[in-house]
Amino acid sequence: MQEYLDELNLLFREVFENEDITLTPETVASDIDEWDSINHIYLVVEIEKHFNIKFTSSQILEWKNVGEIVNSIQEKR
Amino acid sequence: MDFNLSFRALQKLAKDFPKSNTAIKIAVLGNHTTTFFCKAIENQLVLAGFNPNIFEADFDQIDITLIDASSKLYDFNPEIIIIFESTLKIKDDFYALKSNEARAQFHNDLLNKAKNRIDFLNKNNSSAKIIYASYELLDDELYGNLFSKVPHSFYNQLWKANTALINISENENNFYVFDINKHIKNIDAYRDWPAYINSDLHYTIDTFAHFSYHMTLFIKALKGSFKKCLIIDLDNTTWGGIIGDDGIDKIQIGNLGIGKAFTKLQKWIKELKERGIIIAVCSKNTEEVAKEPFIKHSEMVLKLEDISIFVANWNNKADNIRYIQEVLNIGFDSMVFIDDNPAERDIVKQSLPLVTVPNLPEDPALYLPYLTDLNLFETASFSSNDKDRTLQYQQEAERKKLITSVTNMDDYLKSLEMIGEIKSFNSEDVSRIAQLTQRSNQFNLRTKRYTDEDIIHFMNSENHVTYSIKLKDKFGDYGLISVIILEKTDANTFFIDTWIMSCRVLKRGVEYFAMNQIVEQLLQVNASNLIGEYLETPKNKLVSDLLDKLSFTKTNEINYNTELKEFNNFKHFISCKNI
Repeated sequence: MQEYLDELNLLFREVFENEDITLTPETVASDIDEWDSINHIYLVVEIEKHFNIKFTSSQILEWKNVGEIVNSIQEKR
Repeated sequence: MDFNLSFRALQKLAKDFPKSNTAIKIAVLGNHTTTFFCKAIENQLVLAGFNPNIFEADFDQIDITLIDASSKLYDFNPEIIIIFESTLKIKDDFYALKSNEARAQFHNDLLNKAKNRIDFLNKNNSSAKIIYASYELLDDELYGNLFSKVPHSFYNQLWKANTALINISENENNFYVFDINKHIKNIDAYRDWPAYINSDLHYTIDTFAHFSYHMTLFIKALKGSFKKCLIIDLDNTTWGGIIGDDGIDKIQIGNLGIGKAFTKLQKWIKELKERGIIIAVCSKNTEEVAKEPFIKHSEMVLKLEDISIFVANWNNKADNIRYIQEVLNIGFDSMVFIDDNPAERDIVKQSLPLVTVPNLPEDPALYLPYLTDLNLFETASFSSNDKDRTLQYQQEAERKKLITSVTNMDDYLKSLEMIGEIKSFNSEDVSRIAQLTQRSNQFNLRTKRYTDEDIIHFMNSENHVTYSIKLKDKFGDYGLISVIILEKTDANTFFIDTWIMSCRVLKRGVEYFAMNQIVEQLLQVNASNLIGEYLETPKNKLVSDLLDKLSFTKTNEINYNTELKEFNNFKHFISCKNI
């Protein structure tokens, strides 16, 4: 879990161009100013590329926080 | 600018790239989520040396934005408007038509929509150029291969709609089609269907980055920055083998061995030359040996007369390319150098970073497909004059030889027996004149870019005086080489809106010849003053002192004035052709 969380953290910082982001499993979109619906699309694409996985539509639509994103990554790996 | 950057890599590169002062305003109107496209094109333009300002219209509001005279679009006043419709969205419009008769006319609906959009822009006094995305040829597979026989099939209508767009483009000066189909063919998985369903993302963000690269090449061409010269290496680039070692019978061209690949490349280079690209040779060889295949080999497509400058010696290639640049008098950024040898490419890349040096693949069979994919020779204008350029540069090389044998510049100019012709714009020269305003960067006082329509406007305007100048000498005809546009600012005063000259006739005294003629004519209409202004760009230092030389008085940093009554004629060696 922590390993994926760390990798995600680096990715979040780059995609959102904000070096101050520190993720926890409980982080939600409203915690990060740059995390709007457009940047969310960019984020999903880059997560998929980074971990070389493809999320299903239903996974993407169900995420409520970063922890659930990590769970999806773990399921797919 | 790099080919095939991902959206993220592009974002990273542009972030740290120094911003230039060359502002450009572009509007993007689409029927789908264009945010990523806008971001990508902004980044590409930054890398291309612009300071871009992008206006993204509201989602799926193309027509409302264009109709409404008070829309933010017209406040923004873009020079280029990109209209980008996705076929996936268009398909819904098509399915909403119930009768087959109506569906068979769908391409006309799309045609009229495009025409109306041009009209809206005109009505709202926008002079923006329109870049219109073609429709992605996306078959809904309802009629399969029978589509061509079924006028009411969607796929049939898409083909017709694209043809209709081309027809508009052939007739509307400011309307250009950007073909989506050609650019998606090289991208695997150019669309991510889940992302389309979940987020209305009609192409992947990397596909948008790819479109933006090619769109930026075209925008650069519209702004006067494009490739003018292709420099070719010979051994293992133009033919297979090494002429000095293998001899003329063993080099591979035509049907011998891998020869076919080199022949195909040569045919393409020949076509480029016909389009107006200057072809130069830069080879490590003895000149006579290097020229032999061009003269004697029956299967060589390229002949000596296709080559403007032939450099074959044992010097460093970077020095040789500097020499070629000097003779041609064009920017390094308008030159492409192809060579199979990575070491030679590296020397040129390091010493001349502005020259484009593609990394040719190892297999000659891939040379041509690789080079065409790079889309290096993107252009925004074409005129039949372009074809004659090779001869002009060959003549220039002859003149360079003469100059070394004459010591006195006046004697040299006299010996050229130059004849000049100066007259107001006429309709047959319109596209050549517009083209000069588009492509001249160096001898260009104010770097105003004009379209054919603008030129026609000046030609018919009561408030403008126009001059086009042609020149020939004993070696050949240069054609139309200088354009001057004066604007009447009050009853007795004229302002130099544009003064451009082709660099091929530098130092011939054409500007003095022109100034004498202009002053004479202005005095006849009782004008008293001619005002000039120099607008500096990174490329036009050449004319920073033009107005001083023409005996103008500096009135402030950039403005100049001349009292016409006190003007004394300049000496020059151009006789005037009476017309």
